[in-house]
Amino acid sequence: MGLSETDLAAIWLSLKLASIVTILLLLIGTPLALWLSTTQTRFKPAISAVVALPLVLPPSVLGFYLLLAMGPSGPIGQFTTALGIGTLPFTFSGLVIASVFYSLPFVVQPIQSTFESIGKRPLEVAATLRASPTDTFFNVLLPLARPGFITASILGFAHTLGEFGVILMIGGNIPGETQVVSVQIYDHVEALAYDQAHTLSIIMLTFSFCILISLYQVNRHKPAYSA
Amino acid sequence: MVAVNPSFSANLSLRYQQFELNAQFSIPLKGVTAIFGHSGCGKTTLLRCIAGLEKKSTGSLQFNNDTWQDTNTFTPAHKRPIGYVFQEASLFPHLSIQGNLDFAIRRAGEKTDASHCETIIDMLDLKRLLHRNPLSLSGGERQRVAIARALLIRPKLLLMDEPLASLGQSHKQEILPYLEKLKEETTLPVLYVSHSAEEVARLADYLLVMDLGNIVAQGAITDMLSRLDFPLTLGDDAGVVFDAKVATIDRQWHLTKAVFPGGELWMRDSGQQCKQQVRIRVLARDISLSLQQHQDTSIVNCLPAIITEMGNDQHPGQMMIKLRVGEIALIARITKRSAAHLKLTTGMNVYAQIKSVAIVR
Repeated sequence: MGLSETDLAAIWLSLKLASIVTILLLLIGTPLALWLSTTQTRFKPAISAVVALPLVLPPSVLGFYLLLAMGPSGPIGQFTTALGIGTLPFTFSGLVIASVFYSLPFVVQPIQSTFESIGKRPLEVAATLRASPTDTFFNVLLPLARPGFITASILGFAHTLGEFGVILMIGGNIPGETQVVSVQIYDHVEALAYDQAHTLSIIMLTFSFCILISLYQVNRHKPAYSA
Repeated sequence: MVAVNPSFSANLSLRYQQFELNAQFSIPLKGVTAIFGHSGCGKTTLLRCIAGLEKKSTGSLQFNNDTWQDTNTFTPAHKRPIGYVFQEASLFPHLSIQGNLDFAIRRAGEKTDASHCETIIDMLDLKRLLHRNPLSLSGGERQRVAIARALLIRPKLLLMDEPLASLGQSHKQEILPYLEKLKEETTLPVLYVSHSAEEVARLADYLLVMDLGNIVAQGAITDMLSRLDFPLTLGDDAGVVFDAKVATIDRQWHLTKAVFPGGELWMRDSGQQCKQQVRIRVLARDISLSLQQHQDTSIVNCLPAIITEMGNDQHPGQMMIKLRVGEIALIARITKRSAAHLKLTTGMNVYAQIKSVAIVR
């Protein structure tokens, strides 16, 4: 049981997708988590619910709406067409955008709860030590929230790696462009190529297991911030 | 030109939920000013407003010639020249002790020379703790580091929010000498929040008394504590403090004599040096009055005094008598029956028998 060229391309594509999505999510998720952890707005429950929706929605539902939004008559589609990029479904960029929505809660929630457990006291202490808000963010809040960021990155990465339904809806099954491992396994099973499905599945299984082990290991040695 | 003494004045308001803070005061920027009041009266909130940590506070704050706050300005906390010692440990857990101190040193406006750091580290005895982790320190040690860190930022005003409240009694006794050293060795003005009359008597020079979110009285500590109409219930803590100088040490009987303008007191020798300035505290419950000077008594200190004022006490069976001995004031708590029996009136000459005297610093 060896890996074919398309299998390798699928693995590479999955890793590329998960890495890009994780980085984007850390960039988007951190300010969002910071805002959610400090805001007093009465819209907070509604916004938290929107962020958490992918946790409970069937991926096909999320995929369906994203497909509509990115299609030629959807708002995202019209915007990208106006920019001259064309429409995003069935492209790698489309997958990235869909995955960002799909994995958002897995990144935002650990960071948000870490920020909340850190509380405002260390930030006030920093202010009385003449640290500007930016200084405080980089030199106090980020280092204290490190366990939360590690958890968020691992969960975001692993969850993106394992997505299937959204990808099928948005990306289809184009080798080298949108054919990721999970879709490839489905293909193999459809074609009754169980050996190849096995190889890819065992790689996914081992990889996910290792990721989770490292996550629990990290959190055992570095407990979440406590005063 | 008239030299204007540096001063700090505030007129601050803040309301949240049921609580309303309305604090107005003007204090000299010198020595230790205690913000004294019972728990929940708004002391900490006032200190936070002064530090700029309560962004919803309104009013004005004037530090010498600098306006920290008025209707148009609000200097954010990180731009006010303050140091702040929080009630509980506030060290950054991701940094070592040295790292915590460096955090302040790097952000102090002016370049801090090594000898200044050394002085502060020595003053608070931190040398052997520098490489430790904050979580491995005792509460008292952490608070000492927090004080050093607040000093290393080179503040022009040090704010301390009950720095001893979260510590046990033994740790309190461990920290107090450091606070006294701080007072002796620096000229930094300090605003010290406390609900403990004992700490205030030991440390403060000036007193702001708070009740229900308002400043209800303010003045020099010796004047304030000898007021019969002191606005807060002090109970057994009622009593005066005054400054005196050690005059004689009696090695045979292990006693020390301290003199103050117009009188002298003998007390237990507790290691003071001759000519040393001390602060003495005499509690109202430790003074009794008599019309004659008794010779057949074990009480060592019996001072001629004049009654200057008589007032009620919380308990209907007791009253407070203010006395003048030389140039200082004492207050005595006696029963109303004794006052009637001795026919005490203002202006009368009596003897104040003092059962116990404490050198508080």
